[in-house]
Amino acid sequence: MRHIISVLLENESGALARLVGLFAQRGYNIDSLNVAPTDDPTLSRLTLVTQGNDQVIEQISKQLHKLIEVVKVSDISEAAHIERELMLVKVKANGNQREEVKRCADIFRGQIIDVTPTTYTIQLVGTSDKLDAFIQALGATPILEVVRSGASGIARGEKTLAL
Amino acid sequence: MTSQTKSVDTTKAPEMLSGAAMVIRALADEGVEYLYGYPGGAVLHIYDALFQQNKVKHVLVRHEQAATHMADAYARASGKAGVVLVTSGPGATNAVTGIATAYMDSIPMVVLTGQVMSHLIGDDAFQETDMLGISRPICKHNMSVRRPEDIPYLIKKAFHIAQTGRPGPVVLDIPKDMTMPNQKFAYHYPSEINLRSYQPKQQGHAGQIKKAVTALLAAKKPILYAGGGVIMGQAAEELTELAQLLNLPVTNTLMGLGAYPAGDKQFIGMLGMHGSYEANQTMHHADLILAVGARFDDRVTNNTKKFCPDATIIHIDIDPASISKTINAHIPIVGLVKPVLTEMLAVLKQKKKKLDTTALQSWWQQIAQWRAVHGGRYDSATPLLKPQYVIEQVSKITKGDAYVCSDVGQHQMFAAQYYQFNKPNRWINSGGLGTMGFGLPAAMGVKLNYPDADVVCVTGEGSIQMNIQELSTCKQYGLGVKIINLNNGYLGMVKQWQDMNYESRYASSYMDSLPDFVKLAEAYGHVGIRVTKPEELQPALERAFALKDQLVFLDIHVDPKEHVYPMQVPGGAMNEMFLSKTERT
Ligand SMILES: Cc1ncc(C[n+]2csc(CCOP(=O)(O)OP(=O)(O)O)c2C)c(N)n1
Ligand SMILES: [Mg+2]
Repeated sequence: MRHIISVLLENESGALARLVGLFAQRGYNIDSLNVAPTDDPTLSRLTLVTQGNDQVIEQISKQLHKLIEVVKVSDISEAAHIERELMLVKVKANGNQREEVKRCADIFRGQIIDVTPTTYTIQLVGTSDKLDAFIQALGATPILEVVRSGASGIARGEKTLAL
Repeated sequence: MTSQTKSVDTTKAPEMLSGAAMVIRALADEGVEYLYGYPGGAVLHIYDALFQQNKVKHVLVRHEQAATHMADAYARASGKAGVVLVTSGPGATNAVTGIATAYMDSIPMVVLTGQVMSHLIGDDAFQETDMLGISRPICKHNMSVRRPEDIPYLIKKAFHIAQTGRPGPVVLDIPKDMTMPNQKFAYHYPSEINLRSYQPKQQGHAGQIKKAVTALLAAKKPILYAGGGVIMGQAAEELTELAQLLNLPVTNTLMGLGAYPAGDKQFIGMLGMHGSYEANQTMHHADLILAVGARFDDRVTNNTKKFCPDATIIHIDIDPASISKTINAHIPIVGLVKPVLTEMLAVLKQKKKKLDTTALQSWWQQIAQWRAVHGGRYDSATPLLKPQYVIEQVSKITKGDAYVCSDVGQHQMFAAQYYQFNKPNRWINSGGLGTMGFGLPAAMGVKLNYPDADVVCVTGEGSIQMNIQELSTCKQYGLGVKIINLNNGYLGMVKQWQDMNYESRYASSYMDSLPDFVKLAEAYGHVGIRVTKPEELQPALERAFALKDQLVFLDIHVDPKEHVYPMQVPGGAMNEMFLSKTERT
C-alpha cells in the first residue's frame, strides 16, 4: 500500500542524509521525497511517499522516530489529508499540436508558463495520480522533459504536525 | 593550564580555553578517567592539551580497533560510556569495526575522530575520509564541530545521546582548525542537556503493565526470557526478584548472561542457536513469554514462522523499533527495564496473587525431563583436552566471579555455555557483530578499570591473532589479563559448519604456521604456559591465577574435532536441534 509520511526534522546538516540512509540500509523504498524549511527556519518539513504493508510502515515510522534529529513523524495517509505535487512538463508544440496541448492543459487546470515557437512548458499541480493522468492525456505529443516535486501533504481539519 | 585555572578567582569570569583544551577539559568534567587512543596529525593539538593536564589519562594502544574495544568493554562492565580518540583518515577507519561492534550490542561509547582543516574538507586532502558518512549507519548518532566554542556542548550532547534511551556509540568529528592552541574561547560545560527531538521514554505505560501482570498470572507454562537490556539497564536485581516471586523458569540470551544467576535452580541456560536443550524446549512450548530487554534476534528465534506457536508475548524494551520487529508482541511495553520491572513488582505485590501452582508444578516437571535429555553433556571419554572442560575449570577456579571477555568462535559458545555467570556485567562478548579480535582488548579495558578483579580472555588461535599486537600495550600498562587460548588449530566454528554443511571440505579453515604462543608471550615480556594434556591443566591454571599482576598466556591445546552442541537445525523451530554429531531431535 502507498503511504504518505510526514516528518518534522531539525534543519541541520547531515539530518537529511541520515534519514535517506536509513531507507537504503533497511531496504525500504522511497517513491518520492520532498523537503524544505518551514516558517521556523530551524525545522524542515519532509514528505515521503513509500510502499509497504502495515508492519513495514510501522517499522519505518519507528525507525524514523529513532533518528536523533527527527522531531515528529506522522503517516498522514492514515486519515483525511490533502496531497499535492507540482509538475513542470516541456513538450514539443508545433502547428495543430499547439491548440491541442493548450486544450489539454486547460482541462487539467494547468498553466502554460513558458512559450517558444516550437515548445510549451506547462505547470500542473495536483495529486500524483492527476499528474500521471495528464502525462497519459498528452498522448502522441512529444514530451521533452518532466520535472516533478514529489508529493507534499497535510492533514485535513485541525490536526497539525508541529512543535 | 592548571596555573591558568588558579589565576581565575572569580566564579563569574569565564575561563578561556583553546578548542583542544576544551575537548580534554570537557571529558574531565564529564568524569572520564581513561581515554583510549592513538595520535596523528589531525589530533596533535588535542594530544598536546592532554599532555598538559593530569585528570584524564591516556592509554596508547597499538591499533585503533583495540582502543574502541577497550572503551566498549569498560562500558559493558561499568555501564558508563567509554571514550576513544583517534586521528583522521586511517585512524578513523581503523576504529570502524569497534564502533560497529558497540552499535550492534547497544553499548555507550563516545568516539572523537580528528578531521582535516575545515577549509580542506572535500578536497581529498591528506588523511581525509568522510567519517560522518562512513560511520552514519553504524552509530547511534554522529556530529561534527563547526565552531570551537560549541565543543563543550557537543561533548555533553554526545554523552547524553550515548548513555540514554537505547545506548550506543556516538561519533564526534573534530576538524583540526577547531582545536588551534592560540585561539581561546569562554569555556562552560553544561550540566545537562535537553533536545526537543530526542526525549527517550523512561517509565512504561501503567495500563500496559497491569495488562502484562494479568496475562502473566494467568499463564500455565511461562518463561522469562532476558537479554542484554537487563544488563545495560542495570535491572538484574529486579529481574531476579520477579522470577523468584513467581517461580518462573529463566533463560538468558547470549547478551543477557548474568542477568539471572546461572547457579540458581530456576535458571535453564542460554537459549538460541547454541542454547541449552531445556531452554529451547521450554521456550518453544511456553504459553507465555515475558521478554525483557531482548530483541528476538535471528540467532534466538530460528525460523520465525515456526517460532513458539502457543505463546502470548509480553515484550519490555526501551526501543519501540525492537518491539514487533521480527516477532509480534501481544503486550508491548516501551520503557527502561528497571522502572518497568519495579512497577510490575509493585502491582504483583499489591495483587498478592501467584500463578496456578499445579500448572506451574507440572511445567517444572516437564522442564526437569528436558533437562535430563542433554544437560550440557559432552564426550569426556577421550585422552584429549576438551574445551568445555577447560571452561568448567576456569569457572571453578575463579568461582564464577571473573570478568570473562571472549573472542568469537566455538570457544565463545563454550564459554557462554560452561562458565557459570552469577553476576551481571561479567560476560563481555561481541554478540551482535561477532567481531574476532574483540577479546584481548576487551579484557584490557576491564582490567585497567578493575585492577583487583580476575579478568580472563577466552580466545582461539584464530581470534587472538587479530589483535595480538596489544600484548605490547598490556606490558606498558601492566595489565595482568589471563589469556585462555583454546587452541584447536582450526577456525573451529567455520570448520564445524564445513563439517555439517560442506562434507568436511575445509576451505581455508585450517590455521597453518601458527606461532609458538609461549615464546610470543615471552617476547612481549609476559608469561606463557603450554598445556597439552588434561593433567597439566589444573596446575597451569593455579599458577596463572596466582601470578596476580602478570599477564599469563595459556596456550591450551584442545580436541580439534569438537563441535558446539546443541545446535538449532537451520530453518527449524526453536526446539529442533542437533544434540551431538549423531543425534538430533
Ligand atoms: C573479523 C571476523 N572475521 C571472520 C569471522 C568469521 N568467523 C567466525 S568464527 C571464526 C573462527 C574463529 O576461530 P578461532 O578464533 O580459532 O576460534 P574457534 O572457533 O576455533 O574456537 C571465523 C573465521 C568473524 N566472526 N570475525
Ligand atoms: Mg581455533
